Amino acid sequence: MSWLSIALFGVWPYIALTMFVIGNIWRWRTDQFGWTTRTSELSEKKLLMWASPIFHFGMLAVLIGHLMGLVIPEGWMTSIGVSPEAYHIMAVSLGTVAGLVFTLGVVLLILRRFILKTRIRLVTRPGDIVMYILLGLIIIIGMTATLGYNVLGPGYDYRESIGVWLRSIFMANPAISVMAAAPWIYQLHAALALGLFAVWPFSRLVHMWSVPVGYLTRPPIVYRQAARV
Amino acid sequence: MRVMAAMAMVLNLDKCIGCSTCSVTCKQTWTNRDGTDYVWFNNVETKPGVGYPGGWEDQAQWRGGWELDGSGRLRLRSGNRLRRLVRIFANPEMPSIDDYYEPATYDYDALLSAPAGTQPVARPLSAHTGQPMEISGGPNWDDDLGGSQQYAAADPNFRELGSAVRLEFENTFMFHLPRLCEHCLNPACVAACPSGAMYKRESDGIVLVDENRCRGWRMCVSACPYKKVFLNRLSGKAEKCTFCFPRIEEGTPTVCSETCVGRIRYIGVMLYDLDAVEDAAKADRANLVEAQRAVFLDPFDPAVVAQAEADGVARDWIKSAQASPVWALAMKHKVALPLHPEFRTLPMVWYIPPLSPLLGATTAMGGNAEDPDDVFHTISSLRVPVDYLAQLFTAGDSAMVEQVLGKLAAIRTHMRAVTTGADEPSLPEGVSGSDLEELYQLLGVAKFSSRFVIPKGHREETAEVASWVSGCPLETPDGPLTRSERGRKLP
Repeated sequence: MSWLSIALFGVWPYIALTMFVIGNIWRWRTDQFGWTTRTSELSEKKLLMWASPIFHFGMLAVLIGHLMGLVIPEGWMTSIGVSPEAYHIMAVSLGTVAGLVFTLGVVLLILRRFILKTRIRLVTRPGDIVMYILLGLIIIIGMTATLGYNVLGPGYDYRESIGVWLRSIFMANPAISVMAAAPWIYQLHAALALGLFAVWPFSRLVHMWSVPVGYLTRPPIVYRQAARV
Repeated sequence: MRVMAAMAMVLNLDKCIGCSTCSVTCKQTWTNRDGTDYVWFNNVETKPGVGYPGGWEDQAQWRGGWELDGSGRLRLRSGNRLRRLVRIFANPEMPSIDDYYEPATYDYDALLSAPAGTQPVARPLSAHTGQPMEISGGPNWDDDLGGSQQYAAADPNFRELGSAVRLEFENTFMFHLPRLCEHCLNPACVAACPSGAMYKRESDGIVLVDENRCRGWRMCVSACPYKKVFLNRLSGKAEKCTFCFPRIEEGTPTVCSETCVGRIRYIGVMLYDLDAVEDAAKADRANLVEAQRAVFLDPFDPAVVAQAEADGVARDWIKSAQASPVWALAMKHKVALPLHPEFRTLPMVWYIPPLSPLLGATTAMGGNAEDPDDVFHTISSLRVPVDYLAQLFTAGDSAMVEQVLGKLAAIRTHMRAVTTGADEPSLPEGVSGSDLEELYQLLGVAKFSSRFVIPKGHREETAEVASWVSGCPLETPDGPLTRSERGRKLP
């Protein structure tokens, strides 16, 4: 087990997750005014009408896929009747489609923001740039891994290695050696993904916590009154 | 019955000269900040015309305001809540900066850096991108029917009237329409806000955005049929007309009203029945104006006064409601009308339709603008202006507009008779001489204190005051001032 492995898979996850948890709490408590989607629809609309829904729905699908593959142990899946073969076919087919949709969304958004429209480039903040670079790298590497190993290549069961490592982090006993044995491309993907969680509180990604589900049940017109003494 | 009090405004369009002083003073007060360069909480547009943002009245495009569904239930025109949430990633009805206008500056540096002996030219640059641009829009781009071939022709109000009407209209009629947030009794922006950041103040009905709760979902921008909620380009948060609440709480009129050189604006308190709001918003199209009038409660009715006191409306507010110029103009004399009642938001900024263009038309038709018979003849024979005004103020009910214009014309002739001792002309049905004299006072000579009857806010009852004892509540972002305002569901 090299020092690099220990740093990346034993230490870095805890730094990133601490930044994620503490950072989000800190941001929520100190920066309600800055807590927004920071929409740029006012500046550009035609491309966004396609790019944004493709990106967001693709992202949701990818997120669900990662949760199913990494958080739910293989044994649980088998016990509810999903055989490893069935899972593999499902994950590769649906996962590739979701990944491609997500990639398309990110490409469109990056084109829109950085190449085509001056107006949006000018309302872009440093946090947006860091986020897009990380997101772009993670997607490129993730798609390469999926296509290279599981679509075109011999196949790789990340549920036996990366999933185990990921769950072990939350049990405060990181299985560093398991992760260290995984192909480097998966290692890089995971390490960068942790980076995205680390910058999350400092970027516009915080708007994900504000999904307005309460809207479905609240009374239509909101009244407020200054509190009486 | 649950009695509530709300601030309301009336604008007398007959006296608006379109000087835009209201817009400028409002902008200097509220929107001269980063990210709001394109935002005008108050703007003055020329009618007929497309206005600001272009074509804002066209709800087939923007889907703003409310509508009745097949079974007569009230719903936002942009569909149910689920439809809005599904479209949260990209709102198809959201106006873009091009629908407002792209603010410009000039390349002043060229004036200084040009070599000697040449004629320097400062070309327009986009204030957003710094790139050279052609200026092709502004908050009153079609001012005074400028470019009316293009802009007046595209006025959505002509859709119901036909193009022959439009051509006739352009030659005879023009007026200015100052617009601000309507502080509606049934605000579509509030109902559309997924975050619950927009709210209506119980004490005075002012509609505000809680900037700390706004998440930039921008549904309010499209849901407001008057397009008076804006997105700050840089902060990503919604902003809107505040009805100058810090001034109103002190008993001072809004900046736009106080600085109006034509003295066309009136502000007063209206008492209304909260329980009647929903039914009024669901009224038949033909009955919308009367339905909203029925929501307002008579502040002289002892039963209303008793209930108002029981519901926590302060005594001085009830007195103000009795002296309210808005009550006099909208309810007692019925000369003020709501703007686009068919949006079903029950707006609280009402307008007295303009008579002066019709007086001009009377002269143009060879009549005598001072002769009531000639003026009444013009009003009833010139269908076009009356029908157009009806599109704006009564959801198409021309008779109601005619009645108001008749009354406005009668003020002139009656006062002429009173001052010159000439023969008393026949008055419109149901209108007395004293009514007309009261209207004359209110519309012609009313002083500041009669035009603005604004009771001070009762902040002494709120929790902030307790905190003042121990220090400034604004010192911390989490201070009592921030915490004391809480969301509340009304029965």
